[in-house]
Amino acid sequence: MSDAIAVHLAPPSPSVPVVTERRWVRRLTIAVALAFLFLFVILPLAVVFVEAFRRGWGGYLAALQEADAQAAIRLTLTVAAISVPANVIFGLAASWAIAKFEFKGKSLLITLIDLPFSVSPVVSGLIYLLLFGAQGLWGSWLMAHGVKVAFALPGIVLATIFVTFPFVARQLIPLMQEQGTAEEEAALTLGASGWRTFLTVTLPNIRWGLLYGVLLCNARAMGEFGAVSVVSGHIRGLTNTIPLHVEILYNEYNFVAAFAVASLLACLALLTLALKSVLEWRHGADLAGGAHR
Amino acid sequence: MPGFGITLGYTLLYLGLLVLLPLGALIAKASGIGLSGIIAVAVEPRVAAALWTSFSISLVAAAVASLFGLLVAWALTRYDFPGRRIVDAIVDLPFALPTAVAGIALAALYAPNGWVGSFLEPLGLKVAYTPLGIFVALVFIGLPFAVRTVQPLIADIERELEEASALLGASRWRTVWSILLPPLLPGVLTGFALAFARAVGEYGSVIFIAGNLPYVSEIAPLLIVIKLSEYDYTGATVIATIMLAISFTALLVINLLQAWSRKRFGYV
Repeated sequence: MSDAIAVHLAPPSPSVPVVTERRWVRRLTIAVALAFLFLFVILPLAVVFVEAFRRGWGGYLAALQEADAQAAIRLTLTVAAISVPANVIFGLAASWAIAKFEFKGKSLLITLIDLPFSVSPVVSGLIYLLLFGAQGLWGSWLMAHGVKVAFALPGIVLATIFVTFPFVARQLIPLMQEQGTAEEEAALTLGASGWRTFLTVTLPNIRWGLLYGVLLCNARAMGEFGAVSVVSGHIRGLTNTIPLHVEILYNEYNFVAAFAVASLLACLALLTLALKSVLEWRHGADLAGGAHR
Repeated sequence: MPGFGITLGYTLLYLGLLVLLPLGALIAKASGIGLSGIIAVAVEPRVAAALWTSFSISLVAAAVASLFGLLVAWALTRYDFPGRRIVDAIVDLPFALPTAVAGIALAALYAPNGWVGSFLEPLGLKVAYTPLGIFVALVFIGLPFAVRTVQPLIADIERELEEASALLGASRWRTVWSILLPPLLPGVLTGFALAFARAVGEYGSVIFIAGNLPYVSEIAPLLIVIKLSEYDYTGATVIATIMLAISFTALLVINLLQAWSRKRFGYV
């Protein structure tokens, strides 16, 4: 009991709450947490850049300027340029329908939209092969008509859309639900068209949440490995995205080049995290309405 | 409000064509194979070994990630230290870093001549190219899920509760153990289930460090890729179906946990 009273009577310092763990427990917890993060998160990140520059700037740039690496970079940019806007349009349509209207089966629809997150990347690739592959459902028809989907750009885009499917929608749905329909109804009453209402009222309200979703969607689209690996066919210079090119270089024991190309993706991840954190700090309340913690 | 028909129609069309149709193709193919056919493939020694490897190591890795995730979330939310915000942002790195990059980085780190591996080698501990390597990669992948599910619950702890407990004479340890930790349990379990579901299907970050020795360190997703390269679509479909069943079960458990926690503690 005397302990408790002592705790209660101790003058509260501004930063440390009155009731907390002993100082050595706090320090030990922080130390263990930081050591764990250092070992499991910081070191893997650091090793990418150290290995990439093992042969200096010359070796680094040579790896990036090589023709196959350039082709991989172009392909990854192309795939992201198609799949991210596709999912943005879907995300906007889905969140509009789900947030602004009441209908039966809404929660089932939300569950289905989240579905791709719980499917293994490899399985995400496989299901498209079952449709478009040589032994797939439509494989022989496509082959007879000279249309290439599997082991070509369309297959890679489809698999990428699948794995990044929920990102934009799941960011926007709670946000738009939180914001309700009052502002849109005011604009409509004042005579604005539906399209104009969306562009001048809804879009500005959701812009930070949309940007947040696009960031995460893009990072995954450019970095996806398992699903794309299954549908790409690994044709060097043709159907290799950046992550697949990294794999090939690594398996050829060309470590410096593998890590140099991988460092591009690591930079993308760091940039994504930085922008994401800035958005959370500056616009936390605008990312998920008032419910955001 | 205008636009209901067109937005819902587009949503259903897009969802149907890009998600439900391909998943339906998998289910159709699996039901064509039939239950006896599925069991016949599942008990093939190499398939059973790969499923067991994926399943068992994912369980252990998710448990370890949950434990350290709780610790990290606690330190990040309850204590102040220099660089706390940056550390908080860094927790998401395993989520943001493409899996292939994580895979080769972990393999380089834990290889016998790597930064960490060269310390472990003299101790007789081989990580890279063994099942232990799979474990390391899956802990890495699971960490953000474990941290982010408990963090908001820790932030929501009411100060009055622990002050009351201290005033009533409970030791600090007892307050933490019997007042503060129990409400975190649903969050910890949800994080565990999410980390597990992710780990079972994980491919990119594992295959470089695993060594991929059949019967020893070969994971189920890799075996799907191998079956596909042998044009064995049936084998690949069966493994995929079993993995889907596992991850949907995990998803169901998560939903039940959240329903239970809403009833028991009044929040998700």
